[in-house]
Amino acid sequence: MKACYEKYFRDNLPHIFCPGCGNGIVMGAWARAMDEMGLENNDCVAISGIGCSSRITTYIDLYTLHTAHGRALPFAIGVKMCKPDMHVFVFSGDGDCAAIGGNHFIHACRRNIDMTLIVINNSIYGMTGGQYSPLTPTGHFATTAPYGNIDPAFDICKIAEASGATFVARGDIYNIRQMIDLIKEGHNHKGFSVIEVVSSCPISYGRRNKINGAPALLRYIKDHSVPVANAAKMSAEEMKGKWPVGVLYKTEAKEYVEAYQELVARLQGGS
Amino acid sequence: MNKVRLVQGNEACAMGAIAAGSTFYAGYPITPSTEIAEYMARELPKIGGIFLQMEDEIASMGAIIGASCTGVKAFTATSGPGFSLMQELIGYAAMTEIPCVIVDVQRPGPSTALPTLSSQGDVQQARWGCHGFHSIIAIAPSSIMEIYYQIINAFNLAEKYRTPVIFLMDEEIGHLRERFELPEDYQPEIINRKKPESDLEVYLPYINDESNGVPPMANFGDGYRYHISGLTHNEKGFYSSVPSVVDTEIRRMVGKIEDNVDDIAQFEEAYADDCDILVIAYGSVARSAQQAVEEMRAEGISVGLLRPIVLWPFATDYFTKACMGKKAVVVAEMNLGQYAREIRRIVHTDTPLKSLTRVDGEFIYPIDVINAVKEVL
Repeated sequence: MKACYEKYFRDNLPHIFCPGCGNGIVMGAWARAMDEMGLENNDCVAISGIGCSSRITTYIDLYTLHTAHGRALPFAIGVKMCKPDMHVFVFSGDGDCAAIGGNHFIHACRRNIDMTLIVINNSIYGMTGGQYSPLTPTGHFATTAPYGNIDPAFDICKIAEASGATFVARGDIYNIRQMIDLIKEGHNHKGFSVIEVVSSCPISYGRRNKINGAPALLRYIKDHSVPVANAAKMSAEEMKGKWPVGVLYKTEAKEYVEAYQELVARLQGGS
Repeated sequence: MNKVRLVQGNEACAMGAIAAGSTFYAGYPITPSTEIAEYMARELPKIGGIFLQMEDEIASMGAIIGASCTGVKAFTATSGPGFSLMQELIGYAAMTEIPCVIVDVQRPGPSTALPTLSSQGDVQQARWGCHGFHSIIAIAPSSIMEIYYQIINAFNLAEKYRTPVIFLMDEEIGHLRERFELPEDYQPEIINRKKPESDLEVYLPYINDESNGVPPMANFGDGYRYHISGLTHNEKGFYSSVPSVVDTEIRRMVGKIEDNVDDIAQFEEAYADDCDILVIAYGSVARSAQQAVEEMRAEGISVGLLRPIVLWPFATDYFTKACMGKKAVVVAEMNLGQYAREIRRIVHTDTPLKSLTRVDGEFIYPIDVINAVKEVL
């Protein structure tokens, strides 16, 4: 069967992404996942915050809501509660999700509401020209860390797990087939699914960190991405500066919309 | 039969919201507005509606806007510090023209200030709290029955004009209890947003050819897939920085409210045409002003009361006419003269304007209004 992911895009390309940006790769992987799952445009909502990755909602042909910086998840919760049958995808970046949207992020995880959050982590604020984010590794350079970043970085997958998300995975823009599968598995999981995608910003991140050019940055990402099974056998020292990719955590727990519907049923049945 | 009850202001607000057809509330607890959240938490699930306690007021705004995109009537309630946090997404709702209602039970500020006391300090914040170019509707009720009727009006105006509406209560009116009784067979007039009738392919969510400047709004799930963004956008909803597009959209957005002030504005007058001295007051303070005016009229003082129920958009023509020829105008409010500033703009420069202010959390009593009037007699 021929793949038909064009139907998930609007005709308003070209996009704003710089040459070598990973956002297009993630957007393409998402569309392929949509196609493989056979989801209809009219059954899906995509919601995003502010930043390069959040511009994805401009290009994909669903009901799309491009919100304010860091705020996509509260909007998404409002939509999902009112339209439980719709598939909700949230696109966010490392700054959008882990900094200004950090509080909304942990509370969305806690509620375990059924939606799929894709966090495109390029380790930098790209839209504003290369400032460090909470996911910029310590020691790396940014326009606001001209002498090297002294802030420790978050591991948002660990935050997600600790906060109550019931599906947590990490992919990267080199292993596209894996990313497609992670998006599908996350979507098919009932509950709050977090998929971090390690991505590239050659212009604002690579350039300042002596990883010059998109191919070099892609190779860097490939070399630092370790399948979870392999990572489990490696020492902390061996894993230093690297990150495990694959499904990191998966569990079953009461989904929020369902819990709310049970509450309503209990009240309406009992009166 | 509608029973007579003793009802608190915040409770009347929550009851009215449900009567208006609201089935979605998201909020964060804050004094002196919390009773509204508690009421909604208790009642909404019973009718299949949705109550969410969010992690903060920003999230509360986000949730109600998201809910409104699906077609439900959504609202939140807060007070000073929470209202400050909400400004970001009130601006978003204004920019994207998504109907919602924000109840602000005012308390003194800035910052935490006096959480349990009363104020009208958010009048200008309601108008100008978010950055940039927008207009807003703000309503200030002054009795328990009026809270009930006007919160319904707030939802109706939000739907009719595709705009956030600020419901500016104050602690005094929020916690007041008084007689609540609906007329026999009362049925509120309910307005719903205009839906598109165009083909799916040609729907323009921000079209500029409607007579009153309010484009029809499709709900998520209706089949009209479209894009909503806080960026300046063209008629399709997509980002545009083309000066002529930006200018047209912003002016339409502001104009749909400012040009319809005659439809939106509401006032109550007592002897306002027939007086030398005009007192202007709103919200709970108007109750003191009303009593003061009655007492002074009994003494033979030529005084009248003008009570704006809708504070924003500012009814320039109406106020100009009402203040014309008066010996003096007194504006009484629990702030440092926020509405007096608006009145000053339209009162003849030779007409004395007394701004009666109070910011210590205490109420403005009838005697305070009487003394203020006597100063300008």
